Amino acid sequence: MIALERTNNYSMEIIFEPWPWYIAGPLIALIMFILLMVGKKFSMSSNLTTICTMCGADKKVIFFKFDWKAQRWNLIVILGAIIGGFIGSHFLSNDTSVAIHPEVIDNLRNLGFNSAGKSYLPTELYGINALTNTKSLIILIIGGLLVGFGARYAGGCTSGHAISGLSNLQRPSLIAVIGFFIGGLLMVHLLFPLIF
Amino acid sequence: MKSFIYLLIGVGFGIIMYKSEAASWFRIYEMFQFKAFHMYGIIGSALGLGIIMVQFIKRYRIKSFYGEQIVIKPKDKSVSRYLIGGIIFGLGWALAGACPGPMFTLVGAGYIPILIVIASALVGTFVYGLLQSKLPH
Repeated sequence: MIALERTNNYSMEIIFEPWPWYIAGPLIALIMFILLMVGKKFSMSSNLTTICTMCGADKKVIFFKFDWKAQRWNLIVILGAIIGGFIGSHFLSNDTSVAIHPEVIDNLRNLGFNSAGKSYLPTELYGINALTNTKSLIILIIGGLLVGFGARYAGGCTSGHAISGLSNLQRPSLIAVIGFFIGGLLMVHLLFPLIF
Repeated sequence: MKSFIYLLIGVGFGIIMYKSEAASWFRIYEMFQFKAFHMYGIIGSALGLGIIMVQFIKRYRIKSFYGEQIVIKPKDKSVSRYLIGGIIFGLGWALAGACPGPMFTLVGAGYIPILIVIASALVGTFVYGLLQSKLPH
């Protein structure tokens, strides 16, 4: 009985730790599979288009002319993702600092990210004080613009191309994912030293 | 009932994104520094299993839970739009440290500044719609 309780406690402990890749990856595949089995697809960035249309973008631009109500299911998925983020951070985590590689922590401290290794997101960008810091605001705005524009131009994001598109062995998705990595590497290796 | 299923899928997705730290700016940076296997493991294992699942659905013509045919629409053929669009997306992904799914997870986790990223991503999407006919595809 005691031994059983111990195992239970132990398995509960694991949930509160960061989840390893071999748990998270298969679970993401499962999410994609369930979406396919309910007749939908795994595509997060299409919600951005849907929200634009809901806000009236269809009155100005032809690209946004479609029945957004047919995409309501996906808006419910992202509503769920918001709730999931709340549950994950408030009820399923003891310590939210991210244990990245020590060399990466050093790199980031040199760039001025003193929160590296101590928090979930860099407080320099995502702390509440970032809202009153011009440089942080500009970075968040440019980052968002590039993600929104790039995802639509490429016809999908990490979920649509890197997971579902590549799972379907689509060449366009392979090209897009190569693009994602070219862009990411350029940003981190060439532009970060200039920006930070 | 269907709405409730979508909500559950989303909740599951949000928890996975948060708990695997795929929603962490730090993990994205570390991935582009090639200093840890973590993100590659997540994407790689999701993809490996995903390929098996999709091929299984296609080969055995599996029907959805509602008895409909599962259709996976192939993307249009092109190189430029995927490459240029992909590079632009990658630049933003590394800078903001969040892609369109985890952005919403981070709202729930209570990071207010992510709302600025989401608002700008909506503007970015709108700008694409405006310029679509003038861009190489």
